[in-house]
Amino acid sequence: MSATKHSDWGLRIRQNMGFFISVILFVIVYFLYHLAHPKGFSSQVLVQNSNEVFSLAMLAMAQTVPVLLGGLDLSVGAVMTLVDCLASHLLEGTGPSVGFGIIACLLAGALAGFVNGCVVVFGRIQPIIATLATGAVYMGLALFLRPIPGGKINEDINWAMTNALGDFAETVGIFDDGKAAWFQPIAGVPTALVLLVLVALVTWVPFRRSVTGRTVYAIGSAEGAAYMSGLNIAGGKLAAFTMAGLFAGIGGIFMAIQTSSGNADIPMAGAYTLSSIASVVIGGTSLLGGTGGAIGSIFGTLILKVISFNFRVFDIAPLLQPLFEGLVLLAAVSLGALSILRVKNQLELFR
Amino acid sequence: MIDMIKSFSLSRLSRDDKPIAIAATFILVILLAGTVYTLERFGSAPLFSPTYLIQQLQIGSFLGIVAAGMMLVILISQIDLSVPWTLAAGAMTATAVGGEWALPAALAVGLLVGTVNGLGVAYLRIPSMIFTLGVNAVMRGLMVAQTGGFAPQTKATDLMRYIAAERTFGIPHAIFVWLAVSILIVIMLRRTSFGRSIYAIGNKEAAAYLSGVPTKRVTIIAFILCSVLASLAGVLLAGYSTKAYQGMGDAYVLPAIAAVVIGGTNILGGRGRYLGTVVGVILIVLLNSVLSIMEMPEAGRQIIYGLVIISMLLVYGRGETATS
Repeated sequence: MSATKHSDWGLRIRQNMGFFISVILFVIVYFLYHLAHPKGFSSQVLVQNSNEVFSLAMLAMAQTVPVLLGGLDLSVGAVMTLVDCLASHLLEGTGPSVGFGIIACLLAGALAGFVNGCVVVFGRIQPIIATLATGAVYMGLALFLRPIPGGKINEDINWAMTNALGDFAETVGIFDDGKAAWFQPIAGVPTALVLLVLVALVTWVPFRRSVTGRTVYAIGSAEGAAYMSGLNIAGGKLAAFTMAGLFAGIGGIFMAIQTSSGNADIPMAGAYTLSSIASVVIGGTSLLGGTGGAIGSIFGTLILKVISFNFRVFDIAPLLQPLFEGLVLLAAVSLGALSILRVKNQLELFR
Repeated sequence: MIDMIKSFSLSRLSRDDKPIAIAATFILVILLAGTVYTLERFGSAPLFSPTYLIQQLQIGSFLGIVAAGMMLVILISQIDLSVPWTLAAGAMTATAVGGEWALPAALAVGLLVGTVNGLGVAYLRIPSMIFTLGVNAVMRGLMVAQTGGFAPQTKATDLMRYIAAERTFGIPHAIFVWLAVSILIVIMLRRTSFGRSIYAIGNKEAAAYLSGVPTKRVTIIAFILCSVLASLAGVLLAGYSTKAYQGMGDAYVLPAIAAVVIGGTNILGGRGRYLGTVVGVILIVLLNSVLSIMEMPEAGRQIIYGLVIISMLLVYGRGETATS
């Protein structure tokens, strides 16, 4: 019994090598960062880092789902920007209107993703080029909503979401305004970090275990085989792109809350999209589809971001930072190439 | 007569010619729509004047040269996202080196980047989407480190000005460069074994490999050509605008991919004609130009741009669904 259990773990680790490498890499680099930071291991640094990471982590999760299909979504940055601009109009008020605003923003993100899915499934256009085009449309809509950067977000939400749990409780007025004795140990945890974990637990984990989620993996592994097994191919693809839109929308809402404004910045949207692809790959998901997962992509984002955090504390000349970031990205994706050393037959390389 | 009409009808066109015919028709539609607008607004029709069309071709030649290289890479079912900073690096190297070595130095940069891309994709088997993205980041880092993050103070050389901006018989030399590149690519794709290998690899790499095609070498050369053409476009663009600047290539990669795909090249590789890419480039350049003449705000331009790509592809870019 214990022997099988042991080999189970061995298999699991071997199958998710990329994921475990990225987790270990992150822990080491982040530990070094805190050691070198003058205020290391403090809630303040943790809060700041979580806020910087959240939106990209959401985009990385968004990108993961179409990549698992064997596709790619070049519109995630645009969807995030669109929802960001929408949120800067809808989250201004107080009370219930903010709640409805957030729901409307989530729906808008999911709808954008669903439209992507429709173009891919019913239009039968390759995902990469379909989302390139829809991305332009979403960017246009975002520019329509915010021709120039601006807007305003409810200040309480901004304060509650971008600080520690203690501040959140105080703003919302729960747990004796965050002063309850039992609450103190976790009062310093960043709200954004809790939100990130919650989103992953509430959306990704059930999705992955559902039939639809398994269908997405099956399509990425072998679409023909998935079809012959009677899986709902169209449904799986639609669900995957809708999930991507939803995650990108959450990222957009947080970005609006964090910056307290909406900004339809085309280069920024493009940069976010590309970083999301990098995060996904570093997190151990194959661009060919079928293996990996959104949790890995979150760690991919963390690695990307922590490396740039490290530049700040280790005093590297700012002009050299982009070069180092590029080299690290190149090295990280090249790690995936190590598996070709195990290939015994040239033909296995072609997929 | 009826036979003639029939032979021109769309259904008789081959699979690869249909996109070109539709895209060319759409170019006419864009020009006509723009002319209706200018007649209404200004009472003149400048869009069909040779001056305007030649100017558009000159602007299009930069995108056209980038798209030519991009097409080669797409044909072997890869993609090159390192184009933006390869282009900028070519331009910056050319203006920094100056003198008669400006052009060779810039092309050498392209050669180097292309070799790195090719080695990573062909030998390390890293998906080109992510590997070229990493190379792009490294090139950006190198250029920022070299120029200090500002626009370089150097100027384009006389030769660069000559081949990019000056005219003979009223035709800008950049168009001749584009034409020369196009002729070389067409001959290469249609008349050489290298060209046939490109299509073979794009269709089924394993089959090409088993048939004795040197797939790794062909892949590397395709990436080298793409990067060299990108750096050439950078030199031309620097000559046209008299200087190199940060981010000068950013506006070229996605339109280049779009132009290639609008021209009927399959994004998964293996199929497509070079003429289509030329038509795709002209379509995108004219669409941008006419929309700016119509004073369309950026928001509307983006939306129309996206919708045009989708609707063109809905007409002829539809793939097959997997059934086995």
